Amino acid sequence: MSTISRDEVAHIARLARLAVTEEELDVFAGQLDVILTSVQRVGEVAADEIPPTSHVVPLTNVLRPDEPGECLAPGDVLRSAPAAEQNRFRVPRILDEEA
Amino acid sequence: MTVAHAPSYESAMSSYEPVIGLETHVELGTRTKMFCGCPTEFGAEPNTQICPVCLGLPGALPVANAAAIEATIRIGLALNCEIASWSRFARKNYFYPDMPKNFQTSQYDEPLCVNGYLDVVLDGETVRVEIERVHLEEDTGKSLHVGGSTGRIHGATHSLVDYNRAGIPLVEIVTKPVAGAGANAPQVAKAYVTELRDVIRALGVSDVRMEQGSMRCDVNTSLNRPGAQWGTRTETKNVNSLRSVERAVHSEIIRQAGLLDAGERIIQETRHFHEDTGQTTSGRSKEEATDYRYFPEPDLVPLAPDAAWVESLKATIPEPPSVRIRRLQEAWGLTDHEMSSIVNAGAVELITATVESGATVEAARKWWLGELARRANAQDVELEQLSITPAHVAELQALVDAGRINDKLARQALEGVLAGEGSPEQVVAARGLEVVSDSGALGAAVDAAIADNPDIAAKIRDGKLAAAGALVGAVMKSTKGQADAKTVRELILSKLS
Amino acid sequence: MQPITMTAAQIADAVAQGQISAREVAQAHFDQIASVDTELNAFLTLDTEGALAAADAIDSARADGEKLPALAGVPLALKDIIVTKDVETTAASKILKGWVPPYDATIVRKMRAAGIVVLGKTNLDEFAMGSSTENSAFGATRNPWDRTRTPGGSSGGSSAAVAGYEAPLAIGTDTGGSIRQPAAVTGIVGHKPTYGAVSRYGLIAFSSSLDQAGPFGRTVLDAALLHEAIAGHDPADSTSLTAPAPDVVAAAREGADADLTGLTVGVVTELGGAGYEAGVSAAVAATIAQLSNAGAKVVEISCPSFDYALGAYYLIAPSEASSNLAKFDAVRFGLRVGDNGVASLEEVMSQTRDAGFGAEVKRRIILGTYALSSGYYDAYYGQAQKVRTLISRDFSKAFEQCDVLVSPTSPTVAFPLGERVDDPMAMYAADLCTLPASLAGTPAISVPCGLSEGLPVGLQVMAPAFADDRCYRVAAAVETLTTAALGKPLLAHSTF
Ligand SMILES: [Mg+2]
Ligand SMILES: [Zn+2]
Repeated sequence: MSTISRDEVAHIARLARLAVTEEELDVFAGQLDVILTSVQRVGEVAADEIPPTSHVVPLTNVLRPDEPGECLAPGDVLRSAPAAEQNRFRVPRILDEEA
Repeated sequence: MTVAHAPSYESAMSSYEPVIGLETHVELGTRTKMFCGCPTEFGAEPNTQICPVCLGLPGALPVANAAAIEATIRIGLALNCEIASWSRFARKNYFYPDMPKNFQTSQYDEPLCVNGYLDVVLDGETVRVEIERVHLEEDTGKSLHVGGSTGRIHGATHSLVDYNRAGIPLVEIVTKPVAGAGANAPQVAKAYVTELRDVIRALGVSDVRMEQGSMRCDVNTSLNRPGAQWGTRTETKNVNSLRSVERAVHSEIIRQAGLLDAGERIIQETRHFHEDTGQTTSGRSKEEATDYRYFPEPDLVPLAPDAAWVESLKATIPEPPSVRIRRLQEAWGLTDHEMSSIVNAGAVELITATVESGATVEAARKWWLGELARRANAQDVELEQLSITPAHVAELQALVDAGRINDKLARQALEGVLAGEGSPEQVVAARGLEVVSDSGALGAAVDAAIADNPDIAAKIRDGKLAAAGALVGAVMKSTKGQADAKTVRELILSKLS
Repeated sequence: MQPITMTAAQIADAVAQGQISAREVAQAHFDQIASVDTELNAFLTLDTEGALAAADAIDSARADGEKLPALAGVPLALKDIIVTKDVETTAASKILKGWVPPYDATIVRKMRAAGIVVLGKTNLDEFAMGSSTENSAFGATRNPWDRTRTPGGSSGGSSAAVAGYEAPLAIGTDTGGSIRQPAAVTGIVGHKPTYGAVSRYGLIAFSSSLDQAGPFGRTVLDAALLHEAIAGHDPADSTSLTAPAPDVVAAAREGADADLTGLTVGVVTELGGAGYEAGVSAAVAATIAQLSNAGAKVVEISCPSFDYALGAYYLIAPSEASSNLAKFDAVRFGLRVGDNGVASLEEVMSQTRDAGFGAEVKRRIILGTYALSSGYYDAYYGQAQKVRTLISRDFSKAFEQCDVLVSPTSPTVAFPLGERVDDPMAMYAADLCTLPASLAGTPAISVPCGLSEGLPVGLQVMAPAFADDRCYRVAAAVETLTTAALGKPLLAHSTF
């Protein structure tokens, strides 16, 4: 039984903003299935009482004083922008899906 | 799609019970952003308050602002929350161009503050609004939509993004569902947001200006038949004033009731409130909502506020505004009704400041709840948005008390202040509004009135003092109102006795 | 002596003594690059002008009698995933081609302060995702020992540059083994520091909770000198350690006498045996025997959770990568494809990311997006984070019984170009030995320990968190013992 379907890969690719081709979908679905099958072993060992580790450094409360630092020079902000207008980053029309 | 008939609010309330919930975002007034040292000043030139961190450049990393953490804990304490001893930031992943990294650094299952409440007073009765959580996140940039109608995203040909606001610390305060308010739900919503604003302002952690977007509200509304399960809720965004909070709940109740009356179901969705029409329109439905893929932010280490830190912050929490209101009411000697009209008008701070500037409570109330309230109402703005300060109001009243202007002139002076002509003193001077108190000029005017009205003068000489009114009127007319009526009367009587 | 065959320590000495100018040193390396790099393809960008200017500044500082910093005049090859102000930084991706950053990474500033001369930016697997440097958008790098083989990855440009005498030092980054494995297969030294020991500010993130930059050198001492120059607390990185860094240079010097009396070396049961090339196992076994002869007590230690490291890694790293790489969206910098005035932003973003990312990057973004998506988080990302805890516990238990753990760095010697590109699982297996230390955030070094059919084999030395110095001490001993066994330094056996 496969762990991930071609449709799921297509959905995930959309979520990740990847316009993958039909061929890529086929290749990825097959490869991801192999990978997922082999990584699923992690479920065998990790019992409920084991706490997850998200940070290996033993640090907490790393904070910065509320003091101004350096901003980018105006010329550096838009220097690498694919398109700019009125000192702003210009982007193609946005689909009306989020406020 | 069938267009449901909109019932009246009263009929909606006779069939359904509303449940509301509020998510309020408050931009903190820290000097710098949440995760970088860029300044946060409002209104700067686009993209001038930007660095590699808040522009999301490859390789840049966040470091949390201590002042923002403390401000959030203080808000939590002021809202009677438990402060978490272990809290983490998470990444909320979704693509949107005003979010530089395409994820928002926010808090998810481990917020800084949980389980609090805020008591609000509505018509003398206390309603307890329970707070689910208070968490910290970062604001997004701002987009300018070009080519469509009136800056709307819909129909625009392209958009222009300014990231100055991106990364400003944003505190999100989420209530638990508020049920049982019945027909008062819209007012409870407004009272809660007002109280919340006052609490946060008293803490001094934000300027909480809804019109500038430093305080923004999302309002959840659902309806259910009495005794039935809660209905499907909608989330109304873009509610940008206290009045709109009330209007948004009101109009959403009517809209949902119309749909339910017609046998339709409510779709769980985001809706947008429009200030101009007072209506909400459909946004993104939950079905197509993004899967945010939250996970703990690996670039930030956990927050673990210890008891001593929290205690030291607790010591800085001011008196709760509602307690303060009871105290002020006593000090000002007002009835419940008088005090609640001040509260409802959103005038507590304004009147307090006016009294502190030297006016009596009576005078402060008279101006703010009278003439100024009328003008705010006519312009459809909040009292505090009028371009007059409490100090101006106190100064105006002092001019009246000193007899330098009368009530009529005071209203003209007020007009000048509101028109931006300066302080009351400056307006009076510039417009030449001061009463004629020069006894020579006034004496001449009185003499002229006596000469012009010999019959009336004779009556007064005969002891018919009531006739003096006619002469006073004549003097006031000739001085274009710039005389003090009492002084004129005294002058007439003395000349004719 | 030819400048290009000198060690970093020798160059720094010679420059400080005035025996050679920093410019001569830099120029000699640029000449070597000119003669071999068309074949190796180790460099993506050369900063000839910047490097020579930096060298000249050092020479004139010396002429003025100023005291020179520790590594003044030593050239370095910088992995092109480290951000450099005004010098193109690509992460070997089409999506970043042409990006000229407006800022420097913290370690770049530290290296400049140490007098290091950055020659240019080296090739890598795109966004450091790979084990062979074949996933570069700008062509594969070749192994100086055998041009038909890979130099390992993802820091293969850096390892090839050092092994090919194009630079005495290089910076790599290691997320699951990307410093250690290329070091092993090119016969040089590479160290992954304790997570947090070296600032990540300016390191283009692949997997934030795993990424660490670290040094490459042809000798253990050189690697230690570079480690010392880049380590230390950075307030711009919240995960940067505050504890003082251990003295790795002293440890490297101390270890060179190859007296390991009193040291206990643990051999990890799970990292060896079936699936490991016979020549690799033999070289490692011979080295362990030498460590024992040098006075170390050798014990075998089982770390059962290490068997789950590969699964945990290939869930955690892609998950974090899927989020880290979201910023490559055609809005603020980098490539934009399909903006024809009609297409929506969503379409332009999707087309740009499809055109700009290579297959391995896309594969990992999809895998990570899937592993984090609702309904799968607990089964995948959450479970993987628990495995991390188990691996850390295995390390802690092991270090109660020994001072360092050793294993092969890689199950095989350098593999032929093209052999594994279409088989992700075979490629991932190259990291089997290096993943546990990555997941636990503990330090580990790879040091050349012998040859298998003429190709270098690396020994991995793992130590507890903060004890990077132990890695260097044992590695220095291995270096001494291996040189003695082979009759000359291992790299001298290269046909290069
Ligand atoms: Mg939020
Ligand atoms: Zn910034």
